[in-house]
Amino acid sequence: MIATSLRFESNAFWGFVERQKNLYRRYWVWEAVFLLYNLVSVLSIGYLASGLSSIGLGQSAASLQQAQLYLLVGALLWTYLSMVFFEIAFAISWERWEGTIEYTFMAPIRRVTHLLGICAASLMYGIARAAIIGFSLIFLFRLDLSHANYLAALAIFAAATVALLGVGIFTSILPLLSPEKGDQLAYAVQGVLLLISGVYYPITVLPLPLHLAGILSPLTYTLAGVRDALLHGQSLAGSLPEIGILLLMGAVLVPAALWCFSRAEIRAKRLGLLKRSG
Amino acid sequence: MAIEVLEVNSDAVEVRGLVKRFGGRGRRLPWGKVRPAKLALDNVSLQVATGTITGILGANGSGKSTLIRILATLLTPDGGTASVFGDDVVRDAAAVRRHINRVSVEASFFKEMSPWENILYAARLYGSGGDGTRQRVETILERLGLPLDTLDKPMKQLSRGQQQKVAIARSFLTSPSLLLMDEPTTGLDPRSKREVQDLVSSIRRDRAATVLLCTHDLQEAEVLCDRVIVIDRGRVLAQGTPAELIQRHAGIDGGTLEDAFMQLTGKRLAEDEEEKEE
Repeated sequence: MIATSLRFESNAFWGFVERQKNLYRRYWVWEAVFLLYNLVSVLSIGYLASGLSSIGLGQSAASLQQAQLYLLVGALLWTYLSMVFFEIAFAISWERWEGTIEYTFMAPIRRVTHLLGICAASLMYGIARAAIIGFSLIFLFRLDLSHANYLAALAIFAAATVALLGVGIFTSILPLLSPEKGDQLAYAVQGVLLLISGVYYPITVLPLPLHLAGILSPLTYTLAGVRDALLHGQSLAGSLPEIGILLLMGAVLVPAALWCFSRAEIRAKRLGLLKRSG
Repeated sequence: MAIEVLEVNSDAVEVRGLVKRFGGRGRRLPWGKVRPAKLALDNVSLQVATGTITGILGANGSGKSTLIRILATLLTPDGGTASVFGDDVVRDAAAVRRHINRVSVEASFFKEMSPWENILYAARLYGSGGDGTRQRVETILERLGLPLDTLDKPMKQLSRGQQQKVAIARSFLTSPSLLLMDEPTTGLDPRSKREVQDLVSSIRRDRAATVLLCTHDLQEAEVLCDRVIVIDRGRVLAQGTPAELIQRHAGIDGGTLEDAFMQLTGKRLAEDEEEKEE
């Protein structure tokens, strides 16, 4: 019975991954444009750092290179995190826009299968896109990653993924509850995360309320941990505090987000929000 | 064995005192709008026998689609109960979803994806999608008169009628015990309409599934349906076989279901106007 149920759910899980893959393939022109946009955005941050010396702000070539690496790691990670966040958060909006949302919600599958299927596809696609941008950066800026501890960076990255899924699922509740304003609110959440999570600066420079909010953001620990591993060669053992915090956050955020999503689904069905397209 | 007999003899759908309102939210903030409630279903009770085609007749806004959405577990009622093959649509929603599929008035698909990719996605959500699925899809589409060379083109390149045929094929592939068809022939050209109607007739002939067919095409209802339920402004006005309704309500010799419908809904309008005057 349990094996049959697991087979059924894993088949559906693969259905979501396959669907997303087909959508990325069918919308390849758009995807290429978005990839180019991401690449250009990250490059502009890299050249911003390169230009600091020209406007008399760099103290030495070494510190400039350090600043460039700091900013580029932030930009690259933000590109990845925001893309995954976007894909998960807007999965509901997308289905609403296509008109398929009622069919997906009517299917005899668990909601966790639905959401995790979307998450898995988003993660794989996000990693592929971030890898393309990352290799472009290494090639264009001749980045010195000789001190980097890739194992620690990967471990932090993996731990962060769980927490990120939780934040993404939380945000996907917004378009479910508000067909008209949910998307805009999701953009606002993304903007707040950019501000408080130390993407381009340490969160210590933020005013106290924002600093405190930054401490609660899983992206803060992801960025700090990956930077330490790539820039300063922080060991895996040294990264354990960040990994532990991220796993703890994930362990709380994912079940909480799934529970909140189920409550939001009940409300949406009571108010008839699944039908409306905004 | 006893359980099987019970299932065959039981109603596919049983609805008792169903009530559904939309809106009606009070003013939460001083500047908020007061939204008057709209009563979409007003104490609706009905039964649909297993293996029959039952038509729900009503004008736009009569509550047909709301009823279908409640049975599809996409809306929760404010009062009353509804069950599908004995499973309550609110308490046992997961069990209900295993019995049903739906064809809606708008063919809801991922427009850039092909019919095959859309159907495969749906099949996976219903536990299939493995070997032989493509063959089954081709068989159903051939039966519906859809050229097989359309199977791999983007949905957006298909005509409205072709899209609706794909929607029907999608619902058939999951072998639902209860098929909810919400105006499946609206907007189709005469040939496509006839092909879809023939397919619905074949369901009746084969007793392959119980069908709840919402339509405002009275001729279609007269030809296809074993029983017809007339609904107006959220209330059931009459139910019976087409012949019974014509006999009771057409008001003229040699009358049609359209005459009966006009008499019923016309009377209702007159009753409402009298109520207003009082």
